[in-house]
Amino acid sequence: MIRWLAAALPLISTPLWADPDPADWEAVLDAAQGQTVYWNAWGGSTTTNDFIAWAGARIAEDHGVTLEHVKLSDTADAVSRVLAEKTAGKGSGGAVDLIWINGANFAAMKENGLLYGPWAESLPNWGLVDVAGKPAVINDFTVPTDGLESPWAMAQVVFYYDTARLPEPPKTMRALGDWLADHPGRFTYPQPPDFLGATFMKQALYGMIDDPAVLQQPVDQVDYATLTAPLWAFMDELTPNLWRSGRAYPQTGPRQIQMMADGEIDLAISFSPGEASTAIANGELPDTVRSFVMDGGTIGNASFVAIPYNANAKAGAMVLANFLLSPEAQARAQDPNVLGYGTVLAMDKLADADRARFDTLELGIATLSPADLGPALPEPHPSWMTRIEKDWTDRYGVAQ
Amino acid sequence: MSRNNPMGLRHAPALTVALMLGPVLAGLLGTLAPAFGYFPALGRSGFSLDPFRQLADWPGLGAAMRLSVTTGLAATALSLGLTALILAAWHGTRGFRWMERALSPLLSVPHAAAAFGIAFLIAPSGWIARALSPWATGWNTPPDLLILQDPWGIAMTLGLVVKELPFLLLMSLAALPQLRPQDSLRVAQSLDYGRVRGWMLTVFPRLYGLIRLPVYAVLAYSMTVVDVAIILGPNTPPPLSVQIVRWMNDPDLQLRLPAAAAALVQLGLVAAALLLWRGAEAAIARAGQRLAGLGARGTGDRPWQLAALGAAGLSVLLVLLGLAGLGLWSVAGFWRFPDALPDAITLNTWMRHGGGALPVLATTLLVALWATAIALILTLACLEAERRLGLRMGRLGSLMLYLPLLVPQIAFLPGLQTLALITGADLSLTSVVLAHTVFVIPYVFLSLGDPYRRMDPRFDRVAAALGATDRRSFWHLRLPLMLGPVLTAAAIGIAVSVGQYLPTLLIGAGRIQTLTTEAVALAAGGNRRIIGIYALLQTGTVIAGFALALILPRLIWARRRDMRGAV
Repeated sequence: MIRWLAAALPLISTPLWADPDPADWEAVLDAAQGQTVYWNAWGGSTTTNDFIAWAGARIAEDHGVTLEHVKLSDTADAVSRVLAEKTAGKGSGGAVDLIWINGANFAAMKENGLLYGPWAESLPNWGLVDVAGKPAVINDFTVPTDGLESPWAMAQVVFYYDTARLPEPPKTMRALGDWLADHPGRFTYPQPPDFLGATFMKQALYGMIDDPAVLQQPVDQVDYATLTAPLWAFMDELTPNLWRSGRAYPQTGPRQIQMMADGEIDLAISFSPGEASTAIANGELPDTVRSFVMDGGTIGNASFVAIPYNANAKAGAMVLANFLLSPEAQARAQDPNVLGYGTVLAMDKLADADRARFDTLELGIATLSPADLGPALPEPHPSWMTRIEKDWTDRYGVAQ
Repeated sequence: MSRNNPMGLRHAPALTVALMLGPVLAGLLGTLAPAFGYFPALGRSGFSLDPFRQLADWPGLGAAMRLSVTTGLAATALSLGLTALILAAWHGTRGFRWMERALSPLLSVPHAAAAFGIAFLIAPSGWIARALSPWATGWNTPPDLLILQDPWGIAMTLGLVVKELPFLLLMSLAALPQLRPQDSLRVAQSLDYGRVRGWMLTVFPRLYGLIRLPVYAVLAYSMTVVDVAIILGPNTPPPLSVQIVRWMNDPDLQLRLPAAAAALVQLGLVAAALLLWRGAEAAIARAGQRLAGLGARGTGDRPWQLAALGAAGLSVLLVLLGLAGLGLWSVAGFWRFPDALPDAITLNTWMRHGGGALPVLATTLLVALWATAIALILTLACLEAERRLGLRMGRLGSLMLYLPLLVPQIAFLPGLQTLALITGADLSLTSVVLAHTVFVIPYVFLSLGDPYRRMDPRFDRVAAALGATDRRSFWHLRLPLMLGPVLTAAAIGIAVSVGQYLPTLLIGAGRIQTLTTEAVALAAGGNRRIIGIYALLQTGTVIAGFALALILPRLIWARRRDMRGAV
């Protein structure tokens, strides 16, 4: 009986019309009306959770779309979910409508045909996106997005530190190593495979390679061993001086906020230039904390949203993705009292009233201005991340 | 005897077993296939041993397996040893009643909440260090000491012991009355044996026979726990169960194959550890017999009593102070090390996040109440079938009850997820309720079975003599008399359901959010204030259940003195 029902179910739930066509936006809006969008997004940060709740209230108001935030502890949970559905042959009516994604998760989903699209570049608000100034919005860790995901926030590596304990932070990786040798235990990074830990390694690699252009190629096309030898030599020296002598690591980036507030570390890495200011505003960090970037620039990337191939509410998901690209949502995300995320929009493409939303924003006390932040270095090809993570685990992850 | 027996009753035991074992066996099959390389969605449709080879190539495998075994065995041996020591040194005394009252509530604290609390207490920047700094220690910044997440898993073992000790103690207390321990102890003491040695030689061996399966369940659980291990356990490498979850979560989808292989290895490890334990039982029994044969009286009880008191007191303090610390964090303004108290008390965190927690609390209750109701109905039906039709479960039956507790969740839940998808049963509250029921039934059955069977059968005979049918005597006699035990079983069922993490996450597709899934997702961010809110809500929900189980019989039977006590 159940088997029979299961066999019949796709027939019933398959819509009579085809998937929504973003070029016909009116039709998308009609189809989206009344849909519930399950947005699978990392739920470890209360500030992002609040922002997502706000976005839900706004699209319910404007378009009658209900947003449910599925709070993930790891984005890969959603990837697993879609994969499990594909395994079970569930080609429609899937549980995941939209995923906050980038990097290796996107590359894996794209490669395994788990994504719906292309749709992103047909969204009405796509025209406002700063494609020329921020190439990362169409190249996710060098992998072309091909319209399979829509950007909604820019991120760039910064370091934050407590001026009360560390007046002059080290501005290069070598200086960081020397400082740590004098102050053992006062720095650490999230344990790979956490993306921030791997990013720390990639950031270090940037300073140790003569021609960073090789990082844009897959690792199996370059001399990986020679290129990364200086990195591992540096890491071998650094590790015994890390917090807990490198025998334990924080498991996520935000965990470092608590560690700095507790006085366990003096310096931490972050992928969100506004994170320290937001934490100060929430009473989670003392107001003596400031941020800085390393000499030579830091890695930047974009956060995206993607729709799985079997999503149940594709139209609603597109409406949400388009709303996230609106000047209203982008300005709110950039507000350090809310999220402090960088915008993906080009200011010169905005109407005056919309541009004013951004101009009136005050940067937080610990947030660098765009000029101080400097240009972002492009993310290496995702295979670098995978390979570096694996090597890190072999070298330090099982060392005890 | 056949009058008024609904047909359903005859099938109740089979239905119960199917509901519990079906998902476990189906889930194991779903794990077996990818472990041997079969995973069509990834284009792997042949069978091979590659996943096991890949697993063997992981340099952390030996250490991860060792950790699983050592922390599991240590936590179980310590919990059991302390349980026995506390009972031997204090059972039957007035002091014991106090210890029982202090320890029983620990059972209702969810594992994750207890672990968070302990983590904040014992960390180098934790409450204990804050209370002693800087005046006693001279620390103005926390010392760089590896106390939490130590590579030997000591902190993790400690976190497990404070939770498993009350569980084994309550299991023992339920079993003890039928052994008449005071009689044995009196005989031993009249032969000049000390209290502790006399109890250990005359009562413990018989008691162990009755709590053997709960001990095995503790061993299987401790070896494979995920949430406690994430919070307190080491990471370089982690215990095997945590590594399996990591592989399952890796963006590289191919890693799901070694994850399945590792799940089978984990299953094998648990089986091997159980066999090892079984062997140790025999060795210890022989040593005990030899000790009894020596006839030494062992009269120095004082040190044992103090040790037992210390262990019980420490467990209670660790959990209660930990929870108090989390509660304080949830209302803390900025709280700098080494201040023993926060700068300011504020309700900001509760105002911002308390409202969002309400729908989550509602879902948690809905799932818990449904799962518990199903488990209660099935359990009562089985017990009635046993009474009216003589369908006894026997040894095999009680082993089956424990199977969902003995097979590691991590070994069969991912497979079950795939199965739920194939049958189209996912995405609904119903399937999450059913998944919870698998784990709720055993506890409800274990809690209710003994008091139900112990009820004097002469009541039923009198009722039958007065012309009452079986049905009437169940509704008007048994159920009212059993109100206390039924409510206690319900409270335990709710506690088990509230604590479930993996089943909710995997079967509910993340769409069904309970306090536990929410707390673990937020734990990733390490924000102690919000973790505090969810840990308190989690614990409060469970405690409310137990409180109702205690209070309701007193209210309902306010005018019937002998029916007020919950058993």
